[in-house]
Amino acid sequence: MMDDIRSQRLQKKYQSQAEAHSTNRQIAAPKDLPTAGQGGGGMGRRFSGGKPKNLQQIVKRLYSYLREERIALAFALFFVILHNFASVYASYMLRPIINDHIVPVGGVGDAAGLAKALGFMGSLYMCSMLSRYTMTNILLTVSQKAQRKIRKDLFTHLQQLPVRFFDQSNTGETMSRFTNDIDTVGEVLNNTVAQILSGVITLTSTIGLMLYTNVPVALISLIFLPLTKWILDGFTKRGRSFYSAQQAALGTLNGFIEESISGQKVVKVFCHEEISTSEFVWLNQDYRKKQLSAQSLASAMMPAMLGLNNLNYVVVAGVGLLFCINGRLDLGGLTVLVNYSRQFARPLNDLSGQMNTLYSALAGAERVFEILDTEPEPADLPDAVTLENCTGALSVQNVYFGYNAKNPAVRDITFEVSSGQKVAFVGSTGAGKTTVANLIPRFYDISDGQITIDGIDIRQIKRADLRKHVNIILQDTHLFTKSVMENIRYGRLDATDEEVIAAAEMANAHSFILQLKDGYDTVLEHDGSNLSQGQRQLLGIARATLSEAPILIMDEATSSVDTRAEKSIEKGLDHLASSRATIVIAHRLSTVRNADLILVMEQGRIIERGDHDTLLQRGGRYFELYTGLAELA
Amino acid sequence: MRHFLPYAKRYAPLFLIGALFSLFGALGEVTLPNRVAGLINRGIVTVELSELFQEGLVMVGLVIVLLFLSLAGTVITVRASIMLAADIRETTFRKIQELSFTNLDTLHTGSLVTRLTNDVNQIQLFVMQILRMGIRAPAQIIGALLIAFRINTQLAMIIFGVVPILATCITAIIIVALPRFRLMQSCIDQTNTLLQETMTNVRVIKAFVRGDYEAERFDKVSEQLQKAALRANRVMLLQRPSMTLAMNVTTIIIVWLGGRKIIGGEMQVGDLTAFTAYVTQILNSLIGVSTMLVNSSRAAVSAGRIAEVLDTKVDLNDDNASEKDRAIGSGSVEFRNVSFRYFKSSPSAVLSDISFKVESGQTIGLVGSTGSGKTTLIQMIPRLLDPDEGSVLVDGIDVREYGLTPLRNAVSMVLQDNLLFSGSIAENLSWGKEDALESEMAEATETAQIRLFIESLPAGYESELGQKGAGLSGGQKQRMCIARALLKSPQILILDDSTSAVDTATEANIREHLTRVMPNTTKFIIAQRISSVMDADKILVLDSGRLVGEGTHQELLADNTTYQEIYYSQFKREEDIA
Repeated sequence: MMDDIRSQRLQKKYQSQAEAHSTNRQIAAPKDLPTAGQGGGGMGRRFSGGKPKNLQQIVKRLYSYLREERIALAFALFFVILHNFASVYASYMLRPIINDHIVPVGGVGDAAGLAKALGFMGSLYMCSMLSRYTMTNILLTVSQKAQRKIRKDLFTHLQQLPVRFFDQSNTGETMSRFTNDIDTVGEVLNNTVAQILSGVITLTSTIGLMLYTNVPVALISLIFLPLTKWILDGFTKRGRSFYSAQQAALGTLNGFIEESISGQKVVKVFCHEEISTSEFVWLNQDYRKKQLSAQSLASAMMPAMLGLNNLNYVVVAGVGLLFCINGRLDLGGLTVLVNYSRQFARPLNDLSGQMNTLYSALAGAERVFEILDTEPEPADLPDAVTLENCTGALSVQNVYFGYNAKNPAVRDITFEVSSGQKVAFVGSTGAGKTTVANLIPRFYDISDGQITIDGIDIRQIKRADLRKHVNIILQDTHLFTKSVMENIRYGRLDATDEEVIAAAEMANAHSFILQLKDGYDTVLEHDGSNLSQGQRQLLGIARATLSEAPILIMDEATSSVDTRAEKSIEKGLDHLASSRATIVIAHRLSTVRNADLILVMEQGRIIERGDHDTLLQRGGRYFELYTGLAELA
Repeated sequence: MRHFLPYAKRYAPLFLIGALFSLFGALGEVTLPNRVAGLINRGIVTVELSELFQEGLVMVGLVIVLLFLSLAGTVITVRASIMLAADIRETTFRKIQELSFTNLDTLHTGSLVTRLTNDVNQIQLFVMQILRMGIRAPAQIIGALLIAFRINTQLAMIIFGVVPILATCITAIIIVALPRFRLMQSCIDQTNTLLQETMTNVRVIKAFVRGDYEAERFDKVSEQLQKAALRANRVMLLQRPSMTLAMNVTTIIIVWLGGRKIIGGEMQVGDLTAFTAYVTQILNSLIGVSTMLVNSSRAAVSAGRIAEVLDTKVDLNDDNASEKDRAIGSGSVEFRNVSFRYFKSSPSAVLSDISFKVESGQTIGLVGSTGSGKTTLIQMIPRLLDPDEGSVLVDGIDVREYGLTPLRNAVSMVLQDNLLFSGSIAENLSWGKEDALESEMAEATETAQIRLFIESLPAGYESELGQKGAGLSGGQKQRMCIARALLKSPQILILDDSTSAVDTATEANIREHLTRVMPNTTKFIIAQRISSVMDADKILVLDSGRLVGEGTHQELLADNTTYQEIYYSQFKREEDIA
């Protein structure tokens, strides 16, 4: 099915892709974030073992989420102990019951005593069950509370992270920290801690009672303990490398699926189905291969443990019987020992399973904390001010900025704009126009120079206040899963329905909104994916016109809107601009012509400045751009 | 389920062998307590050491055989289920490759990704579990019951009485828990949607200073999730106590009745020991079965989601094409009375009664306002959509009569929201032509005005792009997509608003190159800017799905109102100045 050459090529591709991260072949800026593990894969978290670093710190930090629940946790601990002692003691009851009441040495059993003893045993069972139920209930509540707290912290922190973080990190990867990783942590709080505790208690109390019943038989049974542990360790050790190979293969497979299915329309246009499929088949087979080795080993563990346990059972029964015959063990004792040896493997098995979950949860917690530790936008300066009666006089002086230290994206940018004025940026793609726009609401902080509003350096203004005074319409319109009405209202939460509709009318969106299924109540889904690019932009403009901010930035706000609609919006926008300081970025020169100041940018610098007529007369780059168009007309 | 039967059949021998191994393993295991009981019973009366050793050895041997039986059983079934899952994944992927644009829109690509990853894994986990527990647990329950009856019918009846009570409890728990789990799942979905949205919309949120507002919104959803999770899991907490309670009560009753029997001399101690062991075994198996049942309902949801994909009727294929292997010749295009609506019920048509004719080698411009149907119209040429009425002809033959592959190979289309893929630039370009030479790439990238940029990169064509072409600016991505489309050397080239982020001068260069390099290719250009189309051989003007104008720039400017409106919205002021 798959020809060899293609398969070899794929092999090379996936090897070299792994290497590409360490070499400088990547165009995209190297990520600041350590991308730990693979994002995808539902099965993933269960197996992603490996001890995290700084174990102690992580545990400490996790505990900080539980500190408030100390009392509840203490109760839970109490009930765990109660439950285990009650249940172990209850099973031990069989010995006195058999020895004293059923087959007493040299006597006849008594039904009354039997009934009494059984009643006691029953109440022990009851006590054990109730305390277990209470304990699990407490732990469930505590863990859900903690999970919500972690989610909240993570989300709140996310809101404070700089735009740079979102530009550089993979959404899917971050999301998986919210879901998979917090889930695993919750699972640990929910189950693992209790299981480990109760495993340890059961194991020790069982061993204690076995030794109390008969030392030699108990010791023989205990020989199986290190044996079991040895086998378990062997499996885990060998399994780990298989698991990580499996997880890596799964990650690559999911990554391929994600990218290729998202681009399925392009696949169709290029008749690329067959090639895509053969790549998929290759990755799928690779995953299958790795999974077969990992899972064969893992699945062998259960029967091996069971077999060992059965062996223990048989040996204890045989040896115990031998002791019985010699008169060194009573029948009740034999029954108890045999029962215990049968239950022996369970806590041990649980413990080893839970240790795996525990480790992957700690690794998950580490990934969650990694985001919590990502530097947020720097805090407002202690003497930061709020803008009062802001006129919107914006001044940009000798500003430099680069996304990385080496290459400044914009250099020596200087301009001023005050209320009622309009400054326009033109220039080819990649010249740095959008970057300049991003600097004013401090999505990124400048590296040199100064930006002031009403004479106040924007770094001296409280960030939230600054952004309230800057209204920016972005190149890509992003919408929310809400009704059209609510989406527009996002611009000003207290806007009335009438104001929203007026804004939509101004943005020329009213008529198409009415044609939607439920008009203004139509709920947009998937970032408004059922709307055309132009319609989305119209909604973005409507949203922005609700804002009363004195500084207005429009970054290619109408690039996908057809020119007739743009024309009718223009009047509204002009009205809006009359009381604001406006910055416009556009490649349609018709939209910038009436600006008070036109700045032509090239390779991060302003190479020409002036109004339309001056620039045309100068005969420079603007003239070229403009006449290039005019010539064609 | 019927979708999965063929695969189940393919691995039937493996499943069968695995199941048999597990079955014998489980049944053998059930006999162990009984053997031990026999030993204990005899042990009191006879003191034959040799007999004890013999029986001991037999049991050790049995245990070892059982170990290998269940080892083989588990490993075989696990392997079979992994292969099964891989096959399901592949079939689903292949099916997705067949889906049409309309299918893809209804199923949502995002959801398809989850189905291929999470849902297939769910099924695999379930199959593994059902093979492991599904045979072992029932076999053990039945085996244990049988032996219990043989030992003592009266005592066995007690176990028999408890089982239905327990079964009812488990069923009740599952019935109550399932809808709660479903609710919890939808809360999780809600949380994820909100999260994803706030991440992609971060600039909007920051620009409007809505961080706190979003955090509040998130906390509300998060609280709902917490409540739903508590409600669902609380029910499940009842599972263990109710099982243990039943087990303990049974044990007590058995010890009570059995003890009295032993006192009365009707029964031996060993049998009592065996009985308590069987009670434990039966109940443990029941716990296993009930957990499996809960999981099965989740797997059923996943299986349903996969089946939905496999069941989707591909609404566009070339099964009835009469000239499947015919290659496209010159690339002339004709639309005859084409009408189309997306939803058959919607009142207004997206396209109504469109007819026009294009000679091969011509350049055709398409203009019209947002939503006027330009993209819909153009997608009918490579059959990404089929018209409801009328027909589209290429070289005088209805496109539905061509094979899809030769047709789409001859028609190269640059989509509005075009995508690049992670991998090197050369790999991305090779989508157009699998083994393109560097010189061919250079030619295509030169035409698309992106050659100089690529060659200025340190690694040139080997430079790696991130996901979706991350690392390139909007205009660079668009030009890459054009270059990729050019490498196909198509007979028909369609640019659907593919230069919106490219500056005017560069765009003019691209057009000039296209005319020179591809004189015989029919070119369709959809554009917002009149300047992009005004030197076309023919311009089509669309308005609300109707063809309202057809002609050269000069002709349309002279007598077409819609065209004039569009034109003057862009050029009026220039004339004022002039």
